[in-house]
Amino acid sequence: MATQMPTRKFITANEAVAQAARLARVDVVAAYPITPQTSIVEKIAKYIADGEMDADYLKVESEHSALTACMGVRMAGARAFTSTSSQGLEYMHEMLAYAAGGRYPLVLVNVCRSVALPWSIWGDQQDAIQQRDTGWIQIFTETGQEALDMVLQAYRIAEDHRVLLPVMVCLDSFIQSHTEELVEIPDQAAVDAFLPRYDPVVTLDVDNPYSISVGAFGKNYARWREEQQAAAEKSGEIILEVGDEFARIFGRHYGGLIEEYHCDGAEAILLAMGAFNGTARDMVDEMREEGKAVGLVKVRAFRPFPIEPLRKVLSGVKAAAVLDRDCSWGYEGALATDLKAALYGLPDPPAILNFIGGLAGADVPPERMRYMLEKALTAERGATPHLEFIDR
Amino acid sequence: MKPEKQIPGPVSRAGTIPTRMGTWSTAKPVLKGKCTFCLFCWVFCPEGAISQDEANRKVTFNFEDCKGCGICVRECPTKAIEMVEQEGER
Amino acid sequence: MKLKDIEKEEFYRASYGCAGCAAVLAVRLTIKVLGKNSVYVVPANCISTVSCYYPQAPFFVPFTVMAFAATASACSGISAGFKRRGREDIHVVGFSGDGGTADIGIQALSGAIDCGNKFIYICYDNEAYMNTGIQRSGLTPYGATTSTTPAPCFENRPKKDMLRIVAAHDIPYAATACSSYPLDYMEKVKKASQVNGPTYIHILTPCPTGWGFPPDETIEIGRMAVESGLWKLTEFENGEFRTTYTPKRRRPVSEYLAAQTRFRHLSPEQVAAIQKEIDAARG
Repeated sequence: MATQMPTRKFITANEAVAQAARLARVDVVAAYPITPQTSIVEKIAKYIADGEMDADYLKVESEHSALTACMGVRMAGARAFTSTSSQGLEYMHEMLAYAAGGRYPLVLVNVCRSVALPWSIWGDQQDAIQQRDTGWIQIFTETGQEALDMVLQAYRIAEDHRVLLPVMVCLDSFIQSHTEELVEIPDQAAVDAFLPRYDPVVTLDVDNPYSISVGAFGKNYARWREEQQAAAEKSGEIILEVGDEFARIFGRHYGGLIEEYHCDGAEAILLAMGAFNGTARDMVDEMREEGKAVGLVKVRAFRPFPIEPLRKVLSGVKAAAVLDRDCSWGYEGALATDLKAALYGLPDPPAILNFIGGLAGADVPPERMRYMLEKALTAERGATPHLEFIDR
Repeated sequence: MKPEKQIPGPVSRAGTIPTRMGTWSTAKPVLKGKCTFCLFCWVFCPEGAISQDEANRKVTFNFEDCKGCGICVRECPTKAIEMVEQEGER
Repeated sequence: MKLKDIEKEEFYRASYGCAGCAAVLAVRLTIKVLGKNSVYVVPANCISTVSCYYPQAPFFVPFTVMAFAATASACSGISAGFKRRGREDIHVVGFSGDGGTADIGIQALSGAIDCGNKFIYICYDNEAYMNTGIQRSGLTPYGATTSTTPAPCFENRPKKDMLRIVAAHDIPYAATACSSYPLDYMEKVKKASQVNGPTYIHILTPCPTGWGFPPDETIEIGRMAVESGLWKLTEFENGEFRTTYTPKRRRPVSEYLAAQTRFRHLSPEQVAAIQKEIDAARG
């Protein structure tokens, strides 16, 4: 194993992501600025200008073109990086489906921000959640360190020949993206050992010509979709494999598809995605000291949805409080819905309480975490009350 | 070259022709007059269904790919080509 | 370039294009010029629709289907990727229709020219959204009926001047062409392929199905468009416009209009007005 010489710097999660793109030796960065992603691409532009990063910065005129250009880069056999938020992610929506169905191993960092209308530049997870049907792998991170580490892992996961699906690494706006913390930036040699050169299966190859990303109907279309579904389902295994290998080399493990905290013997468990897990963890500690049997599940992989780990950790638990920084308007929070579906058929299922909060930058302070857990502790087993908005 | 079935996603090998379009038209171009080998019909055929027979300095027609549009008949400066109904199995 | 020197190998065969399709002809001739070392990006349009339904693959060179709005940005990305891999020798060609160029694709085209990577953007112009059923586009000419501009509400806007639009981006090379003048077109493709930057070629490709004329008249119709002065064969290079072909004697535009059912409804006064405009523009 190469001698590791990591550096530790006090940087924002956005800068950590830019460092990861540099370390991943991406060939082309095609991205369009949007708050609060902007500092990622600004940092990358600076690294390139300063000669610290060997990549080409493609000055695209929109997010739709950004993702298309990334697909083009992949078709040519090189590695691409892009990043966006909210309206930009929505503008790319058509191409998200293209990328997943076409089995392009793209990596996109989404700095999760609410979607208009009302217009808001602040954070929630509606943008990423709204894209959950496109076929992308979606992983939600909590800290700058985790964001950096997951971008590196994302390339490994996406480019794995058993997966070949695009990966969206999600950050939370401002509270994560713009907050500085001590981040360990791995050594390039160690990253090179972990992340080898891109080895494509098929490209626009003049010596071996193919028609790629073509059309189909009927049973041909279905065949490819079944293969895509199988790869998406299998990707959970590869996410775990890559996470384990990363931990062996770099010493940091994030728990897998979900991260469990004080779940043993818990009567009530809070589930959340992203940065608010930090606050939730502190509240779990506080309430445990009071003798309350509460726990936390940080849901990291939203797609593929971690059905088995959730069934396992919530079996026998009395109630789950689900914090959704999103809502499928007209129904309920997406995490709550997917959780209920995943638990279907469990004998004696927990109550599922859906809380919609942290919308458009609203804080979910410790007392709101306590509120959700207290409600779960007193809930009727198996109950699924209508969702509750908790932003005050 | 990797077999297509091992490549994930919608991909087909270049130059795969499952159906020939010759069945679209029963009328096909036939050289009735003198071909001056000017190559006008050859360049204007959208389908590339005309070939150059350099040894005999005339063009030949590939009926399996010819859709019967008639551009060659129209563009031949010496009016050497005629569309002729072909007999036999469709 | 002489006819006898043109590559004899066929690189585009057995598409599902209509009999007499000038766009199919344009693809066939383009690949003959650029050879095997070229890749093709085709968005939703006639050419992709007739070339891309698995397992059919009429392109004998690498080809990819791309989203409607995205031809130019895909070309930009592929070009950037090839540059990183040291394969700038491979020609990257976007083959987009009039809708995918002047309407939904115009933003990406503008951005891609601005990015400055090497690619050849070819707009084949059959003057409407043909593959979806002949709906009007920004390049449908004044006076034409389409399924969304049926008589008496025929198209009342002129064609967008794409050549001037790309010229305004300081594009290194751009040209207009017509499928009825194959050598002129192929020379322009060759020239574009030698430019180390974005290039644009706009080829008028008459459509028997959409314009309403028998399929054997495709070449003649294109000739009439150019000989009447309605469509010019030009180049834009080093900031200057130049005509590459001037008809010795101009044919009346009424011949061109009368030959197509999409102009059938025009009154003699309307035809005369069109002639007047051509005379004023061309001098």
